[in-house]
Amino acid sequence: MRLRSAPAITGIAAIALMATACTGGGDSDSEGGSAEGGLTIWTDAERADAVEAAADEFAEANGIDVSVDTVAFEDMQGDVLNAHQAGNAPDVFIGAHDWTGNLVRNGAVQPIELPQDRAALLDETSLQAMSFDGQLFGVPYSQENLFLMRNAELAPDAPETFEELVETGTELKDGGDVEEVLSMAVTQEGDPYRMNLLFTSGGGYLFGQDDTGTWDPADLGVGTDESVEAMERIAEYGEEGEGVLRRSIGLENDAALFYDGDTAFFVAGPWNLADAQEAGIDYEISPFPGFEDGDPASPYIGYQSFFVTEGSANSALAEEFVTNYVTDTDFILSLYEIDPRTPVQTEALESVSAENPDIAAIAEAGADGIPMPSIPEMGETWQPLGVAQADIIGGADPREAMEAAAATISEQIGE
Amino acid sequence: MAASDNAGAPEGAPAHPSPTTHSSPAPRRPSRSPLPGGRFAREGSRVGQVVKIGLLGLFTALGVWAVLPLYIGENWLGIGLVVAVVGLVYYVYLSKRSVPAKYLVPGVLFLMVFQIFPVLYTMSTSVTNMSDGHRGSKEQAVSAVESLSVTRTADSPEYVLTVATVGDPETGELVFLLTDAEGDARVGDADGLSDLGGATVEDSGKVTDAFGYTILTPAEVNERSGELEEFAVPTGSGAGIRSSGLSTAYEGRALRVYDESCDCVTDAETGDVYTADDERGAFYNDEGQRLPQGWQVNVGADNFARFLFDPSFASSFFSILLWNIVFAVAVTGLVFVVGLAVALTLHVPKMRGKVFYRVLVVLPYAMSSLAMYLLWRDMFNTDFGVINQVLGLRIDWFGSVWGARVAVVLANVWLGYPYMFLVATGALQAIPRELGQAAQIDGANPWQAFRHVTLPLLMVAMTPILVATFAFNFNNFNAVWLLTRGGPLFSDNSTAGATDLLITYTYRLAFNEATAQYGYAAALSVMIFLIVSVISVTSLWRSKALKEVG
Repeated sequence: MRLRSAPAITGIAAIALMATACTGGGDSDSEGGSAEGGLTIWTDAERADAVEAAADEFAEANGIDVSVDTVAFEDMQGDVLNAHQAGNAPDVFIGAHDWTGNLVRNGAVQPIELPQDRAALLDETSLQAMSFDGQLFGVPYSQENLFLMRNAELAPDAPETFEELVETGTELKDGGDVEEVLSMAVTQEGDPYRMNLLFTSGGGYLFGQDDTGTWDPADLGVGTDESVEAMERIAEYGEEGEGVLRRSIGLENDAALFYDGDTAFFVAGPWNLADAQEAGIDYEISPFPGFEDGDPASPYIGYQSFFVTEGSANSALAEEFVTNYVTDTDFILSLYEIDPRTPVQTEALESVSAENPDIAAIAEAGADGIPMPSIPEMGETWQPLGVAQADIIGGADPREAMEAAAATISEQIGE
Repeated sequence: MAASDNAGAPEGAPAHPSPTTHSSPAPRRPSRSPLPGGRFAREGSRVGQVVKIGLLGLFTALGVWAVLPLYIGENWLGIGLVVAVVGLVYYVYLSKRSVPAKYLVPGVLFLMVFQIFPVLYTMSTSVTNMSDGHRGSKEQAVSAVESLSVTRTADSPEYVLTVATVGDPETGELVFLLTDAEGDARVGDADGLSDLGGATVEDSGKVTDAFGYTILTPAEVNERSGELEEFAVPTGSGAGIRSSGLSTAYEGRALRVYDESCDCVTDAETGDVYTADDERGAFYNDEGQRLPQGWQVNVGADNFARFLFDPSFASSFFSILLWNIVFAVAVTGLVFVVGLAVALTLHVPKMRGKVFYRVLVVLPYAMSSLAMYLLWRDMFNTDFGVINQVLGLRIDWFGSVWGARVAVVLANVWLGYPYMFLVATGALQAIPRELGQAAQIDGANPWQAFRHVTLPLLMVAMTPILVATFAFNFNNFNAVWLLTRGGPLFSDNSTAGATDLLITYTYRLAFNEATAQYGYAAALSVMIFLIVSVISVTSLWRSKALKEVG
């Protein structure tokens, strides 16, 4: 008898065990996504401590719970989109402003109505950059742009024009002090982000822009005469020309060339600062110089921003957090303490610039900058444009290459 | 129980020293009639029982965990499936009859979960237009279109907001206590604005006390976020005062409204009418412009037709397929030849320092292949790479079509041959040396002895490995992506590179650009799956024939 009922006993025991296990861990199943009654923020690991400290303050002031989760920055957009589709997205997350178009077309972020006194605290261009179809979709807090980093021992004076830079660099190279005139990543498949400096200085443009800064995807500038002329001018410094710009310099070796003292000039970003200090190079920061009698060399400005997820269960708190905390000077300064990035908030930028000359110099280098276009069409231009630019640096005909790129881009946008 | 007796220690007594203890039943146990499982079944019965209870409990918990979200999503089919699987597992492991199933069920379940389900899911995605802007359902798209179009009315006043209710904070009717720039407080409810008397207003504009209303705490306001999203104090002409956060309100209206009767969205500002196109999954107006938010629709075989029949895609697809096969064959072949040659060299009996050489040969295999690929990438650099510098060459490795192809194959042979060497060494050692010696006595020269005796025997062990190596290299994403990223690309066709494999091409199309095209990428993946399956199955079938010959 005992033996026969054994399976039943086993089964009952298994279910009982399961039931105990469930009651034990039943209330801790809210990890990751948005949960009622508490705000969930996704940030990357670098900023997690800063955001967590600020979030705790917010939680205390409002008598709620805030949880901060870490997601790698390069995975953030994809993870948020997938989580939003699955219904467990965070309430607030950190992202780059050029994701806006894609986030909006997937319905993953909600518009933010920034009170006028709060909007006045922020740089106007940054708010334009965060807008899509006339609506604001995130609150920007930090910005980054490219600049020229030079070895002050080798080149004491900042070059005023690109020609002057090449001249100084060539003298140093001929004198045996350095091996390269300039370290600017071109890479095999092109780097339109860096090339934009010379491209805009030569008169080229990607998309037309109206007075309010809204991008017009119908006005594609890649194959136009202006852009072709800009690339012709750049080609003079390419592999078939002066050899200043070469495909063999890529993101894997551009910084090392500068840190090792093999070049006096380096097209750098804020992310290179820490390594440059560690390398013990006596560096100076200045705006990247444009062509003589050309337009100013405009770096792309990238803004980092806080977004509120569409359909968040805590939208009231999430909106409160981004409108009233992310625009607050103390909040921005506390973020800066832990993770130094150039603030967008005007007051915070002033106070930070006063104590850190690098930040001030980078902000100055970005004065002629343009926000990276945030329309989804921009995504379709990177690859074809980069390939064409690398081709031209390698010696291809600028007109043919740019027109082929324009054809590919308009075909992809049209789909 | 024998098992616990053997452990011995809990009672403080030393374990039985007898060397036979664990192979014979404990003498104290009364012997039962022998079962098919023999002594193992009896010995393990109580411990086994506990483990069984534990595992079944765990499995049930997994089932319950899976059912909860399904229940919330009202997916009854899913719940039925989970209950059926859990029921089946209980039946199989509690019944005495289904002994073979006890062994088969875990394997079959894992096969379903990790192999068959992903393939089916990929196939079902491949017939949709799932991509950025087409991720969700039409209802989601409509609600996104409407809620994203709420815009602030130009020059409208801003208010400091205090959220309150009439009566209970959790269920009472929501009202907005609004303070304008002059500091005058009013009350707004679903009927509109009215005057608010007898309220205490702070300097900041926040109302701290109002007769007849309950002021909500931030947490209480947040509890009602869902209602707040919908709530607007009407001000006429479709506009309303809406909340933004806990303490601001503005006047705004939804510019785009969906009308079910015409299945279209009307833009109040421009007057444009966007009609739903259920074949393309988006709202289009007369000029062919679409709203950004679309939805997922079934497109049948369109994704397959696109790369098979669209001339520009088809030429890319077939040239990549050709190079993909050449790459996989070249790498597999070279790896085999080099690996076998080294194995044969080190198989010579009298050789000294064999272990040392073997360690040396296996080294590349022991290092992280990711780091090795990046190292090789740097070594092939035209201006700064070791290879050009040492050999005094000026080869544009990654900038020219055949330079890049040779570089990719070279690096992969270097990374792959140690594995082949290991397998070949093992297989060689299993072949008795006497066979080769006998052949030589019969008058065969060393090549003939190798060709007709050793090699056929070796191939029995090596063929499945070669098929696996081929299938692996056919889809070896890292091998190409970390070295050349599929390049060089040229401006006349910037989507297909000279060293692209189908998998890197798929990846670039699907994920490397702003628009993630899941449907199209899934269709390409299904093609890759079919190609690799056909090649693997045919080769394995042929190897069986080979074995019979051997």
